[in-house]
Amino acid sequence: MPEKELNVLKPKDFASDQDVRWCPGCGDYAILNQVRRICAKIGQTRENSVFISGIGCSSRFPYYMETYGMHSIHGRAPAFASGVKLANPGLDVWQVTGDGDGLSIGGNHLLHVLRRNFNIKIMLFNNRIYGLTKGQYSPTSEEGKKTKSSPMGAIDMPLSPLSVALAAEASFVARAVDVDKDLGEVLERAAKHEGSAFVEIYQDCNVFNHHAFKYATDKDSKEDHILRLEHGKPMIFGKDRDKGIWLDGNRKPRVVELGKGIQADDLLFHDEHDESLSFLLSRMTYPEFPEPMGVFYQIEDECYENLLQKQVDDAIEAKGKPDLQALFNSGDIFEVK
Amino acid sequence: MAASTNTEVPQSNKPTEELASAVIRFAGDSGDGMQLAGTQFTDTSAIFGNDVATLPDFPAEIRAPAGTVAGVSGFQINFAASDIHTPGDEVNALIAMNPAAFKAHIDDVQQGGIIVVNEDEFTKINLRKAGYPEGYNPLDDEKYDNKYRITKVPITRLNEETLADTGMSAKDIGRCKNMFALGLIYWLYQRPIDTTVSYLEDYFGKKKKLPAVAEANVKTLKAGYFFGETTEMFPVRFHVARAPVAPGKYRKIGGNEATAMGLATAAQLASKTLVYCSYPITPASDVLHSLAAMRNFGVKTFQAEDEIAAMCAAIGVSFAGQLGVTGTSGPGLALKSEALNLALMMELPVVIINVQRGGPSTGLPTKTEQSDLLQALYGRNGDSPAVVIAAQSPGDCFNTAIEASRLAIKYMTPVIMLTDGYIGNGAEPWRIPNVEDLEPIEISHPVFDEKVEWHPYQRDENLSRPWAIPGTKGLQHRIGGLEKAHITGNVSYDFENHQFMTDLRRMKVEKVADSIPDLEVHGEASGDLLLVGWGGTYGSILTATDRAQAAGKKVSCIHLRHLNPMPKNLKSILGNFKQILVPELNTGQLRMILRGKFLVDARGLNKIAGKPFLVEEIEDAIKIVLNGELGDREYLTPRLHKVDINDQDIDLAKFGINAVRL
Ligand SMILES: Cc1ncc(C[n+]2csc(CCOP(=O)(O)OP(=O)(O)O)c2C)c(N)n1
Ligand code: SF4
Ligand SMILES: [Mg+2]
Repeated sequence: MPEKELNVLKPKDFASDQDVRWCPGCGDYAILNQVRRICAKIGQTRENSVFISGIGCSSRFPYYMETYGMHSIHGRAPAFASGVKLANPGLDVWQVTGDGDGLSIGGNHLLHVLRRNFNIKIMLFNNRIYGLTKGQYSPTSEEGKKTKSSPMGAIDMPLSPLSVALAAEASFVARAVDVDKDLGEVLERAAKHEGSAFVEIYQDCNVFNHHAFKYATDKDSKEDHILRLEHGKPMIFGKDRDKGIWLDGNRKPRVVELGKGIQADDLLFHDEHDESLSFLLSRMTYPEFPEPMGVFYQIEDECYENLLQKQVDDAIEAKGKPDLQALFNSGDIFEVK
Repeated sequence: MAASTNTEVPQSNKPTEELASAVIRFAGDSGDGMQLAGTQFTDTSAIFGNDVATLPDFPAEIRAPAGTVAGVSGFQINFAASDIHTPGDEVNALIAMNPAAFKAHIDDVQQGGIIVVNEDEFTKINLRKAGYPEGYNPLDDEKYDNKYRITKVPITRLNEETLADTGMSAKDIGRCKNMFALGLIYWLYQRPIDTTVSYLEDYFGKKKKLPAVAEANVKTLKAGYFFGETTEMFPVRFHVARAPVAPGKYRKIGGNEATAMGLATAAQLASKTLVYCSYPITPASDVLHSLAAMRNFGVKTFQAEDEIAAMCAAIGVSFAGQLGVTGTSGPGLALKSEALNLALMMELPVVIINVQRGGPSTGLPTKTEQSDLLQALYGRNGDSPAVVIAAQSPGDCFNTAIEASRLAIKYMTPVIMLTDGYIGNGAEPWRIPNVEDLEPIEISHPVFDEKVEWHPYQRDENLSRPWAIPGTKGLQHRIGGLEKAHITGNVSYDFENHQFMTDLRRMKVEKVADSIPDLEVHGEASGDLLLVGWGGTYGSILTATDRAQAAGKKVSCIHLRHLNPMPKNLKSILGNFKQILVPELNTGQLRMILRGKFLVDARGLNKIAGKPFLVEEIEDAIKIVLNGELGDREYLTPRLHKVDINDQDIDLAKFGINAVRL
């Protein structure tokens, strides 16, 4: 259906006619609802939106959005999304991927889409498991994780998606939890960022890895286990906001209690434009630290698709309008009479 | 332009021998500038009005040790006063810049052929590097003197003397010696030097801003030319007259360049932006290079992180409504297969170019082969019908690239275009087309109409689905690799639907046959033997057929451009001949298909030696088949440039393998 005269879309206008088929209780539902809400809120149009995914439970996402969409192949969504942007830089392109899709089979493509800074919003649904293939360990599963493919415990070292994104020169890096109130805000900021925005979303796989992020979702204790980042503000956390992050003499972060000789001003302040700070934050993991949530890093940079378009425009300006006959006639010509 | 470049050579008092054609080969160390000498000779001959065909031969290793056989780089040119189709079987004249080049190429020279060697480089050290035994110098070997007309020229020293007062370093002077050799060969074959002079002035003088280098190269080029005239070393000169080609404007074109131009042209004919996504690989990289230089034609190029990404990006481009193309060589096509299948399932237009090289695996990157036919046709999971077409000569790459794009768009399907290292790197004169004569590529993107029901997988009369593109209001839809329900395009696990969709995809590709012309038989429509070829072997098969026909034999040939689907009249043509021979640079891939599809007793001539066919090899095979000597043997293989029915079985003992338990 075309947009109404007034052109005010509601979240439900972004819902396609397909039944959503994730398991009951899957974290993907919450994310889907937030994305629909944000698309409506920021005035994105359905016809100008393209959702591209790889393969995995999470990658079913595009079917449920009343936008253009492609459920592509395992791991390669960044390359399809890049192609869409090369062809039409004006489209709003979102990419949906999983921890296996984005970091295992598609790790290579993720690096390159980020470093090129295509204007694409990348949501990585991290459930620390392979959901669709029924529960093998993934690149983000914790060491020792017992699954069907690791009955004696995984011996792979897990990686931090955010550290990878930062090392890959991403211009926007953030994290949120599927059921958390801040997810919407993080997605909104990602959507408004001009450049590749990488958002890791902690997502509960209700069936194969339930409660993997209980520490970050449990009503009573989560505020003690996550650190909500605010640009320019001291890093305070805890249910009673009585704890903070402090840098010791060796520039190592420490959890400290406020009051006892340490004031808010002594704490580490968040600066979204500080690359090394954001990397340091990406290394802070539960249970040693509260896990940071929100926008870790954000800078302004030129987007690949615009730079390429500019080269085309500049070349045409310098050499004149495309003239195929002139192209054919380039080189040494000889005439046979 | 024609007037100035066709300058007749200065008067000479040496006798001239008139030739119908000549095959010359420049060979030297990869640092000796042989490719430049070769391309310059080609340009000059093409502009002079000869028909030309070339065969560059690069060393496999970029930095093979200097002076070794592995580091030899060659460039062969066949130029003629008549229409020719191959770079020639035997070399009439070899220019060998060092002992390794001599060693690597001497056996290809015809008996009595001319050999010009740079004798300065035949030093003890260089002879050793070339792998000659201690104390041996082939230039002192009578067996060569009896067989060839060898002229020893101190090219290194003469070049140094010519440039002694330029103030250039010894190294820079040394790098000019290819131009001395070229000048000498220009003189020998009575070619004008002005094309090369203006090239040197443009390239070194203007582009590289090195006027001194340009001047030095021109100086030594001329010195080489005049050396031929003044010295008594060469008793005769040769002349190859202009070829009587169809009137029109011509230029020289290389295969990869023609592919690039064809793609850029197709995009304009379709009013689309060409986005060429590729990952560097020999011998396909030049297509990327050519297109990267065409930004001013609106062309976008994207050097992806690997071949998979290149394929996927090209599909993303088509999804978003522009012309997505990717190009690669064999190993890269293997990587693309999963994504190619997605394009097939999503029914999006995309063109995949495969400049074939020697395989399997990394194989012979710089050598040619036709062994990716089955990969192109079948190298994917599931029942996966793709359109496959092949170019037959360097200039033909232009037309084939346009046709590939046209079919992809008309039928909403991936199209694989096969070329190979031989035609990709080869060059020939190309009659410049008139842009107005090229047929536009029609596209209609659907728009939303409230009164009309629309679905992403509805079909038109070609069984093609609509190309609805993001940005179009009201046509939002989702596609992917899961099986689609007929019409709606929703995910469907219904088994009857899967049977139906599988049949539909096959029938759609079969329908492409409606858009391809009937095959034309070269020669009589029936006879004793039909040669069936495809791709880059066109020139040699055609020439061998012509020669057989001239000898009164009832031999005809056909050449397949369309490998899937095949032209509708192929079956009836096959039925009109007593025997069928399929020459291919693989172990019999087309042969297998013809046998399987048409139940004909096709036999093969199969060469997998990294090189194109010699015409003579095909002639030999024709004789064997016509003489009825083939028996039950399904195929023949040339060995050392000869096809001998008695020399077909591999003698393992010859390779030191004595006991094989089977
Ligand atoms: C080429 C290929 N290899 C393997 C698979 C099987 N496969 C599908 S999804 C998946 C893992 C998905 O895990 P993740 O990306 O974490 O997504 P989730 O299901 O957890 O959302 C695998 C291995 C496939 N579809 N394609
Ligand atoms: S398997 Fe896990 S990730 Fe997949 S739909 Fe079910 S709950 Fe969600
Ligand atoms: Mg997962």
